[in-house]
Amino acid sequence: MSAEGHEEGHHHHKETFVTKYIFSTDHKMIAKQYLITGVLIMGFIGIAMSLFFRMQIAWPGESFPIFEAILGKWAPDGVMDADIYLALVTMHGTIMVFFVLTAGLSGTFSNLLIPLQIGARDMASGFLNMLSFWLFFLSCVLMVVSLFVEAGPAAAGWTIYPPLSALPMAQPGSGLGMTLWLVSMAIFIASSLLGSLNYIVTVLNLRTKGMSMTRLPLTIWAFFVTAVIGVISFPVLLSAALLLIMDRSFGTSFFLSDIFIQGEVLHYQGGSPVLYEHLFWFLGHPEVYIVLLPALGITSEVMSTNARKPIFGYRAMIASILAIAFLSTIVWGHHMFISGMNPFLGSVFTFTTLLIAIPSAVKAFNYITTLWKGNLQLNPGMLFSIGLVSTFITGGLTGIILGDSTLDINVHDTYFVVAHFHLVMGISALYGLFAGVYHWFPKMFEGKMMNKNLGYVHFWVTAVCAYGVFFPMHFVGMAGVPRRYYENTAFPMFDELTDVQVLMTVFALIAAAAQLVFVYNFISSIFYGKKGPKNPWNSNTLEWTAEVKHIHGNWDGPIPEVHRWAYDYSKVDANGEYIIPGQDFVPQTVPLQKDEEELQH
Amino acid sequence: MTTVLTLAVLALVAIAIWQMTKIFELSQLRSENAQIANDTDNKNNGYLLFAFMVFTYLITIFSFYKYSKFLLPEASSAHGEEYDLLMLVSFVIIFIVQFITQFLLHYFGFKYRGKKGNKALFYADNDRLEFIWTIIPVIVLAGLILWGLFTWTTIMDVNEDDDPLIVELYAQQFNWTARYGGTDNVLGDANVRMIDIDKANVLGLDESDTYGSDDVIVKELHLPVGRKVNFKMRSQDVLHSAYMPHFRAQMNCVPGMITEFSFTPITTTADMRKNPDVIDKVNRTNKIRAERAANGEDNADPWEFDYILLCNKICGKSHYNMQMKIIVETQEEYDAWMKTQQTFGQTMASVQ
Repeated sequence: MSAEGHEEGHHHHKETFVTKYIFSTDHKMIAKQYLITGVLIMGFIGIAMSLFFRMQIAWPGESFPIFEAILGKWAPDGVMDADIYLALVTMHGTIMVFFVLTAGLSGTFSNLLIPLQIGARDMASGFLNMLSFWLFFLSCVLMVVSLFVEAGPAAAGWTIYPPLSALPMAQPGSGLGMTLWLVSMAIFIASSLLGSLNYIVTVLNLRTKGMSMTRLPLTIWAFFVTAVIGVISFPVLLSAALLLIMDRSFGTSFFLSDIFIQGEVLHYQGGSPVLYEHLFWFLGHPEVYIVLLPALGITSEVMSTNARKPIFGYRAMIASILAIAFLSTIVWGHHMFISGMNPFLGSVFTFTTLLIAIPSAVKAFNYITTLWKGNLQLNPGMLFSIGLVSTFITGGLTGIILGDSTLDINVHDTYFVVAHFHLVMGISALYGLFAGVYHWFPKMFEGKMMNKNLGYVHFWVTAVCAYGVFFPMHFVGMAGVPRRYYENTAFPMFDELTDVQVLMTVFALIAAAAQLVFVYNFISSIFYGKKGPKNPWNSNTLEWTAEVKHIHGNWDGPIPEVHRWAYDYSKVDANGEYIIPGQDFVPQTVPLQKDEEELQH
Repeated sequence: MTTVLTLAVLALVAIAIWQMTKIFELSQLRSENAQIANDTDNKNNGYLLFAFMVFTYLITIFSFYKYSKFLLPEASSAHGEEYDLLMLVSFVIIFIVQFITQFLLHYFGFKYRGKKGNKALFYADNDRLEFIWTIIPVIVLAGLILWGLFTWTTIMDVNEDDDPLIVELYAQQFNWTARYGGTDNVLGDANVRMIDIDKANVLGLDESDTYGSDDVIVKELHLPVGRKVNFKMRSQDVLHSAYMPHFRAQMNCVPGMITEFSFTPITTTADMRKNPDVIDKVNRTNKIRAERAANGEDNADPWEFDYILLCNKICGKSHYNMQMKIIVETQEEYDAWMKTQQTFGQTMASVQ
């Protein structure tokens, strides 16, 4: 556990362009690679897709020149085709959930923060870390290539339920596009496993002297537990993908049975699509927490620092993370209440699902109490953290409806679900991501800071638009409109909802424009950002003691030793004076002062 | 019009924020910490947090005012009444929690906005507080879980009590077919391997099964009011989902297995058309349709309310238009309609 033996490990290597920027084994560079590939590039593609299909829903059958320009033959005369609509919905989901919010979020911040915040020179295995990124890059390339195949990319929904995804004759997207999807995801899973194993080993073995598990910042706890969930659940998705590949290409019948399509009976016999649903959601539900926990971890750290207060209930926060992680693996069936599985199982999953609301509620209350009587420094990162708590509550509460098997019957697969999960995991996780980028940008780019005013514009426009899109969406869902409908014109009962769809689409377009402000701010700050002080947010954690200039090994001298937890903000002595006079924070490296008590948090 | 207005308002808000921050930026001497929030930023954003809280309440009120009339009319099935009540109670709880927590979150953000020289309270934990807000959700959720589970068990208990009508819902890309058990109320055996398109045996019924010969295959679902219906769902190609929103009923159709759902319709189509909410909805919709007709657009025919069966599981290109009309009528009307239908046996005989 100690840092001895690593202390001599920071020789200055001669670096070439290739070893520094491409095949880098340095965790700080890999973090930036993940951020740019996963969040900026894949995020741009994923969000652009959502705008396209939102425009189609709001103005069904309208001709848009941009459709013709970008979708080409899939939008004859600028009118989007129904097959490509489903493909866009599918690829939006896949890219956002896996590439942006799993790899982009975890990959960026686990890589950046784990070594820096636990006081390590680098990840346990720099080589595996590099391999993990390049596998991720390969899977990105394959997924993007699948957008260009003749019959179009995968279009069976991001959950790719068979038989739709297994039979090329069921829809064009289930041909080569689906094969590429499956191969890309298989590589993605390999990348994710390599990354996660590395994070786990690093957190367990490379903590600096004095950094006990109960002194870890909550970010690290969140990344650590996220990695554990990933290792437990991603292999199950891999097996589902492999079995599906076999059904598609080698004539097995794991998921298929009794199928008559396009005038002929297929040979498949004895398989069950419900089995696939079980395997998929065994990953799929923990996946939600793989996306969300890092965002919550980031929020804990950013909120505490900017509130100038310790995070409220540190141990309860850890317990909640662990409880959520455990429960997340036994709630997958709530996606399948009406899939045809035994209704008794539905009862069990309702029970476990509503249980998971309890640690989530505890976390929300703890965040709110952390703000109470603080001295809030409302930096953009802080605002995004507060925004996260807001959307996490709003989105989480509707989970009580969906997690209840009875109530799920009529809102299942409607826009109600879309609104729920976008708020609770999509928007919340994105807010966490943004909070992290604004907060740790100086750490990523050698002291340069992002422009706060652009940050404020970015936050406020995004916050208003996010609710503008997803709040009315609940009503659309409760009016009975199913998701993944190319247009709602086939049902007169949905006619009057078109106005709501238009409103949501307009908000979505504005929200997307606000993200361009972020992109501009991000890129211009990399090159022209003003350098701030070494520890701009007056934070306690170790990363701000590391060298501003990026060196291999992070600290020029010996690794710092830790003497206290990460949250001694505004701590006072018996006389009501700050522990360090004139300074409202006590970094983890400062030994306990005379007569100072280390509280049992 | 709403669109343009929203757009304009949002653009103005964005410009206002932009200008405000610009002014504050210019009014301060550029120090090296220019990108760290100062007292002015804290003040402005603190007020904005308060405004945002007002916004969340306003959008809630706006949505309820404008959109609650779009929600589904009262349930037309026996279990649907219980469903609606449970939904209502859950929503009341949700909105109480939402109101309080959003208030606290944003109000604290506003009230405790930072100022140089202010001292935050070192307040790391409080076991009693944490116990309270753990136990309250536990109790509330326990109540909801128990209620939900009892309702669920009742709804999903598909049994043969009370002489239910047996109906098969058959899904394929991209249409629905219904099959009645006929006079014996028993469905004949069927499997996709016995489908014979040339002989019009599209559901793959076993022609040698005597239970099947009186089965009635239709493209419009008629149900007698007040009689329990047991649905048996089948699919011949990919997953589909039989979604009957007015009856609070939904079940996936899975190739290779038979899934079940059961409910008792309690309101006839004719009565539902007299429901004030439905009348309003039809009027609103027909107004839109009249405008379309005036502009020479599609989907402009006047609409009359009908129950509907939708496909609610992505199934391919025409997923968005996979539907079947449902008509709930009196026993007499139902019997009269049934008499006019051909049985499977008759269809087979006429083909041969």
